[in-house]
Amino acid sequence: MRNAALGAFLVAALALPFVTGSEFWIKFAFTTLLFAFMGQAWNILGGYGGQFSFGHALFFGTGAYAAAVAQNSFGLNAWLGLPLGAAAGGAAGWAAGYLSFRYGLKGSYFALVTLAFAEVFRILANAVDFTGAGVGLFVKLQPGWADLQPGYVGFYYLLVALVLASVWLAWRIENSRFGAQLTAIRENEAAAAALGVDAYAVKVRAIALSGAMTGIGGVIYVQFYLYIDPGIAYGPGVSVEILLVSIIGGMGTVLGPLLGSTVLHAASELARRVMGDAPGIHLVFYGVLLVLMVRFMPDGLIGLLKRRASRPAEAPRA
Amino acid sequence: MLEFQIFLPAVVNGLTLGAVYALVALGLTLIYGVLHIINFAHGSLLMAALYAAFFLKDGLGIDPYLAMPLLVPAFFAAGYALQRWVIGKASHGKDQNVLLVTLGISIVVENLALYFFRADTRTVETPLSYEMLDLGFALVPWPRAIGFFAALLVAVVLWWTIERTDLGRAIRAVAKERQGARLVGIDVDHVFAMSFGIGTAVLGAAACLLLPSFYVTPGVGNVFVLVAFTVVVLGGMGSFTGALVGGLAIGVTESLGGLFLGQALGQLGIFLIFILLLLFRPTGLFGSRLA
Repeated sequence: MRNAALGAFLVAALALPFVTGSEFWIKFAFTTLLFAFMGQAWNILGGYGGQFSFGHALFFGTGAYAAAVAQNSFGLNAWLGLPLGAAAGGAAGWAAGYLSFRYGLKGSYFALVTLAFAEVFRILANAVDFTGAGVGLFVKLQPGWADLQPGYVGFYYLLVALVLASVWLAWRIENSRFGAQLTAIRENEAAAAALGVDAYAVKVRAIALSGAMTGIGGVIYVQFYLYIDPGIAYGPGVSVEILLVSIIGGMGTVLGPLLGSTVLHAASELARRVMGDAPGIHLVFYGVLLVLMVRFMPDGLIGLLKRRASRPAEAPRA
Repeated sequence: MLEFQIFLPAVVNGLTLGAVYALVALGLTLIYGVLHIINFAHGSLLMAALYAAFFLKDGLGIDPYLAMPLLVPAFFAAGYALQRWVIGKASHGKDQNVLLVTLGISIVVENLALYFFRADTRTVETPLSYEMLDLGFALVPWPRAIGFFAALLVAVVLWWTIERTDLGRAIRAVAKERQGARLVGIDVDHVFAMSFGIGTAVLGAAACLLLPSFYVTPGVGNVFVLVAFTVVVLGGMGSFTGALVGGLAIGVTESLGGLFLGQALGQLGIFLIFILLLLFRPTGLFGSRLA
């Protein structure tokens, strides 16, 4: 079933630009795929590892600023921004993991400290000059592949490739020793440690990987919008959207983030059309969705589908 | 050379600020102590209380101090209902779910405020707004002086409730040992909701004390929420004395930090303290659970 779903996604994804020339839909698909990608990054740490980060904006913003500052101030080629963003995000992830896991922070403490890290960076980015402070940074690039400005359709295919790579990575992790150790830590850290799992090392690896992926997401964001400011980069909006796609789709599943991001962004687009585009309204929608998901579908959409599949005889309740 | 004429007023200023921080933190620490969860919606509920106080003054002309008998029960009810019918139901027995739900509630409340009230900064003027209390070495605005003493009074009332009433004994029992409390016939879900309600009611009081000397915007909760977390962690999760002392200490830190480093970085000092504390002494200075 998983292969069929992936195949359907691939066909639909490749065909989309031929079906619609509309800039709107390609842009919509861009956001959906970007958050599917970063949601997968969160999923590796939060879904498989059970470490809930409320501050993934820390990695997103660090990757975005690394690429933007390197291009603006040092004339770095845009393509090199990708590995740089990954390295910056990964380093931020490693540092956050080193600091929090070393001292045994978990559960609410870990969520709280990631939130605080992102907040500290938001204040710092607002206060120092080289990030453009509160005004933000504009990146000036020429259109064309040389400067990683491939146009809407080019960005779209780039993201399709990234999402596929992230799904493949999650699938590999799920079937690896590393993945098994992560899941063991999520289920019972003390028991995993007693069986010889180096919980600290495994968690730090997971958060560094997650941070590197999210950093790449930040770079792509900057390349697309050519603008970043502290509120976008380190604000809670990005953190919430990232964790939400994974929770809606189903934590600890390979296809959860992709499904979650599709549903979230389709629903929020619908909500925007119905309720208008007032400031804050889409976040209200996100918050309500988060509460409802946890209340009624704690295993996400994938969990729901799985339960349906395993109990085919049960008639759907009206 | 730093003169005492600047230093002492800054300390007094910090103490009055800290008393309100302490009050916000008291609610948070009570909820943490009993439910063992961090209530991420605490800041946004304070913001909602500030708006309620603002509109009572702006629309009906009710002085914020007189609004307290209205807001405290209203926010108690809101907190009780939230825990009983939203947070508790959604937890499915997992703390992580509670985290997510309170995060969701905070996003909803904050952005509803943004939607309805826009990002405008609002303030009220009361008859006392421009009156100063002369201490000899420092001038303190009356609203802040009142806020300071009222915050201490609320803390005493709260302490008395927890230590001396049957409800308080039930709360302490649940905080210590859920299963045991259930076995001796305590309605644990009710006690959870009562604790959450009391923690939220304190926010109603804090809002009334804060508004005359502060402002309200949809994002104002964020100003307090990490500060309150810092206070709670500094004082030791679940410790009342800790929250009180921690609140005053953080208020003074912010005031002195602002004096030495400039306004923008004054808050940064708090976050750094917070992160350092979480890393090196997560049990806090007075670390022990409620009771």
